[in-house]
Amino acid sequence: MVRFENVGLRYGLGPEILRDLSFHIPAHSFQFLTGPSGAGKTSLLRLLFLSLRPTRGLVNLFGHDVSLLGKDAIADLRTRIGIVLQDFRLLDHMTTYENVALPFRVMGRDESTYRREVIDLLKWVGLGERMDALPPILSGGEKQRAAIARAVIARPHLLLADEPTGNVDPTLGRRLLRLFIELNKSGTAVIIATHDITLMDQYDARRLVLHQGRLHIYE
Amino acid sequence: MSSAGDDHGVLMDLGKERPQVPARARNMSPIVPRASIAGRALVAVVAIMTFLASVTTGVVLLVNASATEWQSEVASEITIQVRPVAGRDIERDVTAVANAMREQPGILDVRPYTREESGKLLEPWLGSGLSLDDLPVPRMIVARAAPGTRLDVEGLRSHVTQLVPSASVDDHRAWIDRMRSMTGATVFAGIGILALVIIATIISVSFATRGAMAANRPIVEVLHFVGAGDRYIANRFLRHFLRLGLEGGVIGCVAAMLMFGFSESIANWFSGTPVGDQFAALLGTFSLRPSGYLVLAAQTILIAAITGWASRRTLFATLDDID
Repeated sequence: MVRFENVGLRYGLGPEILRDLSFHIPAHSFQFLTGPSGAGKTSLLRLLFLSLRPTRGLVNLFGHDVSLLGKDAIADLRTRIGIVLQDFRLLDHMTTYENVALPFRVMGRDESTYRREVIDLLKWVGLGERMDALPPILSGGEKQRAAIARAVIARPHLLLADEPTGNVDPTLGRRLLRLFIELNKSGTAVIIATHDITLMDQYDARRLVLHQGRLHIYE
Repeated sequence: MSSAGDDHGVLMDLGKERPQVPARARNMSPIVPRASIAGRALVAVVAIMTFLASVTTGVVLLVNASATEWQSEVASEITIQVRPVAGRDIERDVTAVANAMREQPGILDVRPYTREESGKLLEPWLGSGLSLDDLPVPRMIVARAAPGTRLDVEGLRSHVTQLVPSASVDDHRAWIDRMRSMTGATVFAGIGILALVIIATIISVSFATRGAMAANRPIVEVLHFVGAGDRYIANRFLRHFLRLGLEGGVIGCVAAMLMFGFSESIANWFSGTPVGDQFAALLGTFSLRPSGYLVLAAQTILIAAITGWASRRTLFATLDDID
């Protein structure tokens, strides 16, 4: 599903942040992406989300060489990818419900076809009582859960999550991990970037470790 | 994305925990909030631009209509001047020319000016009370042709000069040509002003669009995250700008229409006074015809469309930069 071959990335004229990355993310797989701070985890996630282009090497996503894709094709591919960023990126003028329903709205689906699904998911992540709340009055943990719900609501083929349990207590962290595992069982490939050893120890999965710009894979 | 849904099963089954759907949870908020766009300033700019464009167009239409009216009035008149020549009886010459003119097809009315009337025509230059007996005052004959008649001016000229060698025929062609060039210059200036107004509108709208995009950059980025294409994002903004453009356009156009209506009323109040008559002689009744008001309305739609186009162009350029 995702294939990197000798991929390198540098910002401007700076040093190479990522070097000679070659790996394969199979469909329906689950992996943790870990490594020390500044190792390039977020940059790798951005490469996978097509918001960065590699300086060199080949990135193949869903069978497409991304260097050959136009803007419309990239937007189309992004509908198959869900992403949870560290800063949540919720829209402050929209309620929690509207934020989570946004991917469906962008697809042009009628609200009656997804309303129950959005409400079910919000209830499941513990935001059933906060559906009409605006993000500025949500706590950090609530924002994170809303961001995760938005990323998974459309059941993407690939889910990328950057420190998804960083702002929640261990109980909710386990609950969110269960959500990712459920999602993976229903067919989504999952990549979770995290520092949280406890989280990684809770589920036996492939580990991609970034160190000094290079990737080491532990099956 | 729908294909994703086809491959996968239900994400979770809450069973008995399934909540009742709250009544309030709905997609009510616009994706791009209207308050995030500096709307009032843009509406004011578009309103002012539309007002200026409408006033310019209205004045051009008025001048054009008045000039056409003048031209048709002047073009239906022919003036014959009979100069006194030693050895000829001017009264007989005037009568001969007047009779010859009356026989011409298409001539409705021939009016020879008497000696006294010709003298009065010179009063503004020579003053009153002057004896004109010793002066060789030429005599005028004004012939009015039926509207739309094409007179053979050259044939008429040769016929008249054959009868009276000292007579000259003036069909006011030079005057009409000058009128035409003056009207053309007015229309040209009007088009120039319109072009400037439209360019200023495009620049203002482009700045406003860039400002709105900068203010809403986080929204644009999130929309990209959830898979929205540039066209989708641009359309969310475009709706606002089209509405702002129409709002401003309608305000400016209605203000200009009211101004023309008010000016017409003022012209009517002053009619009969020397100032009013002078003004009416120059610019007619200062009233726009219904077709003129239609032109102003069409121009408003054009300005709203230009606002939309300029905004769309800037939106796509900015989206390219953001991506």
